[in-house]
Order: sequence, then C-alpha cells, then structure tokens
Amino acid sequence: MHRLTLAEIARGLAAKTFSSEELTGALLARIRQLDPQLNSFITVTDEQALAAARDADARRAAGETGALLGAPIGHKDLFCTDGVLTTCASKILHNFKAPYDATVVAKLKAAGTVTLGKLNMDEFAMGSANESSHYGAVKNPWDLERVPGGSSGGSAAAVAARLLPAATGTDTGGSIRQPAALTNLTGIKPTYGRVSRWGMIAYASSLDQGGPLARTAEDCALLLGAMAGFDPKDSTSVDQPVDDYLAALDKPLAGLRIGLPKEYFGAGLDARIADAVMAVVDALKALGATVRDVSLPNLQHAIPAYYVIAPAEASSNLSRFDGVRFGYRCEDPKDLTDLYKRSRAEGFGEEVKRRIMVGTYALSAGYYDAYYLKAQKIRRLIKNDFVAAFDAVDVILGPTTPNPAWKLGEKGGDPVSAYLEDIYTITANLAGIPGLSMPAGFVDGLPVGVQLLAPYFQEGRLLNVAHQYQQVSDWHTRTPAGF
Amino acid sequence: MQWETVIGLEIHAQLATRSKIFSASATTFGAEPNTQASLVDLGMPGVLPVLNEEAVRMAVTFGLAIEAEIGRRNVFARKNYFYPDLPKGYQTSQMDHPVVGKGFLDITLDDGTVKRIGITRAHLEEDAGKSLHEDFQGMSGIDLNRAGTPLLEIVSEPDIRSAKEAVAYVKAIHALVRYLGICDGNMAEGSLRCDCNVSVRPKGQEAFGTRAEIKNVNSFRFIEKAINHEVQRQIELIEDGGKVVQETRLYDPNKDETRSMRSKEEANDYRYFPCPDLLPVVIEDAFLDTVRASLPELPTEKRERFQSQFGLSAYDASVLSASREMADYFEQVQQACGDAKLAANWVMVELSSLLNREGLEIEQSPVSAGQLGGMILRIKDDTISGKIAKMVFEALAAGEGASADEIIEKKGLKQVTDAGAIEAMLDEVLAANAEQVDQYRAADEAKRGKMFGFFVGQAMKASKGKANPGQVNQLLKKKLEG
Repeated sequence: MHRLTLAEIARGLAAKTFSSEELTGALLARIRQLDPQLNSFITVTDEQALAAARDADARRAAGETGALLGAPIGHKDLFCTDGVLTTCASKILHNFKAPYDATVVAKLKAAGTVTLGKLNMDEFAMGSANESSHYGAVKNPWDLERVPGGSSGGSAAAVAARLLPAATGTDTGGSIRQPAALTNLTGIKPTYGRVSRWGMIAYASSLDQGGPLARTAEDCALLLGAMAGFDPKDSTSVDQPVDDYLAALDKPLAGLRIGLPKEYFGAGLDARIADAVMAVVDALKALGATVRDVSLPNLQHAIPAYYVIAPAEASSNLSRFDGVRFGYRCEDPKDLTDLYKRSRAEGFGEEVKRRIMVGTYALSAGYYDAYYLKAQKIRRLIKNDFVAAFDAVDVILGPTTPNPAWKLGEKGGDPVSAYLEDIYTITANLAGIPGLSMPAGFVDGLPVGVQLLAPYFQEGRLLNVAHQYQQVSDWHTRTPAGF
Repeated sequence: MQWETVIGLEIHAQLATRSKIFSASATTFGAEPNTQASLVDLGMPGVLPVLNEEAVRMAVTFGLAIEAEIGRRNVFARKNYFYPDLPKGYQTSQMDHPVVGKGFLDITLDDGTVKRIGITRAHLEEDAGKSLHEDFQGMSGIDLNRAGTPLLEIVSEPDIRSAKEAVAYVKAIHALVRYLGICDGNMAEGSLRCDCNVSVRPKGQEAFGTRAEIKNVNSFRFIEKAINHEVQRQIELIEDGGKVVQETRLYDPNKDETRSMRSKEEANDYRYFPCPDLLPVVIEDAFLDTVRASLPELPTEKRERFQSQFGLSAYDASVLSASREMADYFEQVQQACGDAKLAANWVMVELSSLLNREGLEIEQSPVSAGQLGGMILRIKDDTISGKIAKMVFEALAAGEGASADEIIEKKGLKQVTDAGAIEAMLDEVLAANAEQVDQYRAADEAKRGKMFGFFVGQAMKASKGKANPGQVNQLLKKKLEG
C-alpha cells in the first residue's frame, strides 16, 4: 500500500479498496519502523492523523468525493500547523506550537488530506544538505551515508522512502528541486506569488515559495492544484485563477520548443549528469519537441546575488526570534541585552548565524549600495535573461544539480562549496519563474534530476512535459533498496 | 554674543483609522493590555502584513492640505532594531519613497505676521507597543495594543526660530489634522507626539550648529519649556567653551530639564531596506481626485473667509478658525443672530472664559450655539442690554432655561424702553440726590462729564439694570441740563 502514488491512492479510496484509516495506520507503522534510519520526521502526529483519516472516511461515506480526500501527506516543519509543534528545525522554536494554520495547510486540510507529521529540514530552510537541523541530519534513502539535499530534505527522504506518498516543501534557492533531484522525486517550485506564504515561516520573503514533492508529475499536479491560489492575507500572492494542472498533463508535446542554456553545461557539471540530461532531451525530441540553444549570460552572477539578497532578508525576518514572546529563552538573563544575545546565540545554529551576519553586513550603512542594491540590479538582469530566452522557447531544460548526493559531513567545513551546488536552481527564484525537477536516471546508483523552467504561471506546461516524459520512462518508479 | 535658535520638528500623528495599518485589529485607546493584538501585531512566525488603504487615504489627505507632492510609487521599508515592544524586530516605515513630499504650512505669530514653515516630507509607519515597568517587580510588561497603529510622521524643515514659533507650528498641525479628521489630536493619550531638533548659532552665521534631538514631548507647554531649556543649555555650554554633541535627549517636565539618552555613536544603524512582504503602492490620478474632492475647508481658507465675509480682524479670524469645532460653533451663532461681530465677541470672550473656568472643550459647551445666537438676537432688538445678557448667559450655562427668551421671561429681565417709565424713575433718582444735582449744574463742562456717570449708575441701579442705557443717557442729559 505504501508504494501507491497519490493518484493511485485516490482511485483506491474511491473504489473503497482500502480506507484512509487503514492507509494512515500502515504508513504510521512504517514511519515508526523505518524513520529512525532516516530522521525525516521532527514530529509524528499519530492521533491527529488517525482522527483526520476517520473523518475523511466519514466524509467519503457521506457522499463527498475529491482526489485528496483521505490522502496522507506531511508538511515541512516551517508551515504553521495549529496546535502542533512548528520548529523550523531550530532550537529557537523547539517549543513553539503554532496558534494557527498556514494557508497551504488550511487549503490541504479543506481538501481532505491527512497530515502524518512535520518533516525535518535545514534550520530555517538554510542549506542544501539538511545537515543544519537542530534535530540532526536527514539521510538519503538511496545511500544512508549521503545527504538527501535540502532544505526540504525531510520531505524528500520521507517520500523517496515511501513513508509518505507526497509532502509539502519550500524553495528559496532550490530547496524543493535539489532534494527532489537527489532522491529521485518530482518537485515543483511555482511562480512567486502562486502559493500563499501566510503561515510559511519566512527565510527570504522575496524568494520563498511553497510547493509539492511527490513521485510523479501527476501527483504534483494534484497537490499544487489544492495549494495554489490568491490569498488576501499575503500581499505578494497574485490574484489570478489557478490553471487546471491535471487537465494540462495529457497535452501532446509535438511542437514544444525546448531551450538548452549553454551556461548550464559548462565547467563544474558532472559529465555523467550531462549525459543523463541529453538522454532526456532525446526522449522529448522523440515525442515531437524541438531543441535549440539559448543563453542566460548572467548565470555566473546568480550565486553572489542570491547570497546577498537572501541573507539580507533573513537577517530582518529572523529578528522576531528574540526570546521575548515565544520560543527559546536563555536561562537567567542578566538584563535585556543579555536576554537577546544569549537567547539568539544559543538558539540559532551556525549556518543561520552565518547568514544573519552576512545579511546584517550587506544592509549596513555604507555597504548597502555596494551589496544589496547591486544584487538587486543583477536580479533584474537575470530576469531579463529569462524573458529574452522565453521569446524563442517554451521551456528551458538543464541539470538540476551539478553533482549527485554527496556524503554527510563532506562539505561541512566549506559552506561556499555547498552554496555552489545551488547554481542551476537559484536563478528561478531570483527571476520568480516556476521550475520543476524530475528523475532523469542514476550515476553510481545515485539519482540525478533534470530541471525544467517556464515563463510566469506556466506550471501547467512544466507538469505536462514532466508527465509526458514519465509516460515513456521509468526512472521515477525506481525505489531505494530497503524501502 | 547674539544667538539664533534653529528648530526642526518631527511630529508623529496617529491616524484615526478603525483598524491597524497592517492588520485588522482595532485601534481603540485604553483597552486591556494585549486584547487588541492579533497574530500580525504579535509578530508571530509566518504572519504577513496587508496594508490598510484608509491609512494611505488619510496620508494623502494631509499631503494635499499642505500642497505637497504626493508620492505616486510608495515603498515600505523595514527599519531594523531590537526592542521588546517592537515585536518583529523591525518597524515597517517609509524611507526613500514617502507618500507625502515637500509642502508647507503657514503659521500666524503673536504679532499677527504670517510665517511659512517648510515641510520636508511625511511618511506612513506603524507604531510600536508599550513597555510597562511598574507593577511587575523587577520585570517589564509588554502591551502590544498600540503596535501597528498607523502613524504619519511629519518632518519640518529647520525653519523655526523660537520655542513660541515651534508651539505655533505644532498647534497649526494639530488644528489641521483635526480639521482633516485624520487624527484625534489627543496629546495626553499620545495621538500626537513631537520630537524637537534644536541647535543654536551666532546670529548672522549661515551654517547650522550641532543639533540635539529632544524625544517625545507631549504637550504644547512642554514643547515650549523643553526647547527654551535646551537652547539655554546649548548657549551656556558654548559660551563656557564647550561643544554641543549630536545626541538624543529626554525632557523631564518634573525637573524642567533635558538629559542625554544616547549619543550619535550609540545610535542604531537601522539597515533600512524595502519590505519584501509589501508590494509598492501606486497612487493613481483617480484616487487623488477622490481625496481632493473630499477635502474640507482648511484653517487658512476659513480664516481668510472669516475676514472677507464677516469683516473680522485677522486676530479674531485666526482665533475662531483655530479648530474646526470652534469655527463651526461660531458660524452657527452667526447664522442664528445674523451679526458676525457680536457673535465673535461672545464666543471669544464670555464663552471662552466659561469653558476655561469649567475646563471644557467647545464641543462640550453647556450653552449651545443656537442658544447663544438666540440671546444675541435679544441684544440686537433691545430686549436686553449687554449687561443683562451676561446674566442671561450665566443662567443658560447653569441650565436654568432652554432659551434666552425663556430666562428673560421667567426672571423679568426685559429691558424698560418706555420713555415715560424711565422719566418717572429718573425723577425719583434726581430727587433723592438733590445735592449732587445742584453741584452738577454749578460745575464746568469738564467736571460735569465725571459727575454724569454717577447719575447713570444710580439710575441703572434703581432700574435693576433693566432700563435701556441709551434712553437713560439721553433723558438724563435733558433733565439735568434741559
């Protein structure tokens, strides 16, 4: 039962082959049994999950339908869940029970999903290896000595290990797509403003977007359809109708124009990943797509720009964690300054503190123009690059990451080498365009992903291309040994 | 050495919106601590701000009233600093793109001259909460009811040259925001607060001296005292060979002194940057037109109209237009009695002293504008004299009757204008003072003038003030000299 996709679960529940309660119980048992190896959950909400499952079964018995009614999922632990621990994988929120539901959580709840728990992540979504969590590193089910990617590493590991059919994640610089690539999943980061950020604890507000991680494009379409939409509580959400992503899946690819950015195939890319990507290109050509080269000349500036803008916003966003109103407070503060200093010094981990300091510096008087303003200018150039490229092509295709999953601890002493792993994903966040990663094969037994990018609000097109590819490939069906 | 004072003011006006600037919580003053604080006001993880359009409308109203350029593309910025009553660790404010640009306000000085004070800008921002240090035994309490209340920060040019000018300017702003209905102006509750930037320079010198900023001075009287004290402190400091340092100071009204709060070196680097949770707000022509159409008559316009339409003096016009309530009251009295000068006199003299004595605002006046106007009508048609009118007014204030007519009737205060009756009364008075009559008739013109007043006084006394004074004068003269 744990091998079923969301779409298969929907059919099983509709046909009453099994109940949501049975499925939920089976998955909870599996989490208990297998998650100690992975550490993908911070909180498992057994009782609430079973109650929600029974409720979903009752709703279905009363005649209600809905593809997600009774479907088990998990939430990345930065989505606020009413009355349930919401930690951002940080000591500073180790005791924080959110007093409200994030819009994404509320929408998925309304659709009838059953939440099995809260998933591990890099602390405050800062990282691409899920090693910075206060609750310990998450392991990659494909090789327990390797990282699952990050920051939505818990979501990725749990879904890849078939502990959950799907999960929510967030993507600020690649945090859905990169772990999806490293664990053989499909994950989509929507257009900035497509999914509400209300209740999604901010890392970098102008870059953060929530989205699903699942095993198939079809499952992503199912979940994203329920997550997306205008929210008056989020001023940056866009008041535009949500496309029918499921209906878009079956469109033939004949005539699809694919662009290959030459900058994505340069130095630093594992040649075997390049081969895997080109194999996908061939398959899509066989489905009727045409391919041409495009150029994104400002790619080289993306990482420096990102590592100014994201920490700058984070340094301000994380100021509210001060030990005064909620979360961790140091013992016996001498005075107010001592309370602030020790609560934050003891409550935040190393990577978070590093980014707060970088961001504080970048916004300081005398440095603002040289760093923050300049980074914003680069951001506009990168956006212009995409707008120009999409004049000639419908989607841009390339590798999701330059390398497959690395070993736990391998990049611990060298944050910049970890930052470089985000090179291909960061530009979509800076430009605000949607991006998707899908399974594209294996290198040394480790999954690799291919990334698709599209113009604003073309999530349907990305899901369509991925779904069509998944009709002629089986990478996405491969399961890690032992799970 | 002759010194010149240079003052610039930053006024924080709480906008009278019903809900907060970025949340739906109410803004009512004086509620139980933290009962008007939503998830957004508490700075809970994951919450986001949504701008209250009404706050923008009010700010634009102010901008149009001071003939300022309105910022068409408004950007909200975060001002970052740590303080327990600042829940998010930053204040959402405006930096590079304020809603109100350069404008001005004309103020009337004591000698009647009009001075133009430049306004640099006015921007929207959110208020912080309050730290409460009493009643918590070594701990501090935080009340976030006020957090997120919309503020308009109005920054003046350093055009002000004395504490008196500063007070006149703050009063003019106070009157304006109340006229516009965008702020209740209640300084005791902190609805209007003032920071004073004060420096001195030798008279004739162009360059400004180093300034000190006196934070949060919350009454007209304290503004005057704090500035005067600070000016004196700076002059003495310089004359003793010292130097003014740029710093923030606090005014202590109990000791009537300012003291240092923090120096420039200790000042925060606020690390302003555009708030990524709020999109730029574009103000369109149609919005401006709507706001412009809804502007009420402003204090200056009203003052000028009072002069031209009613022939009032500049001084009277400016007193009567000082607040919207005062102006409305005066105009109602004027309409009821049709005599602007009498109306102005009664409002400015008798009514003002009554209100002062009782400690009331004009909108709480025990005598309504209709009652006062009705009473003035009776002065005009000679039913009562001015002197009797004061009695009628006091009786109205004491609630002894619903109208002047009722009081006049009830108390028998109607003026005697029957010449026969007055003559009979005068005859009695003259008979009772025969000695003085003889002296009067023997005296020369100069002495007679003085003595005449004695007879008038006796006559009015005899009539209990009810005899028409004009007739008394005329008939008395005839009898004494006739």
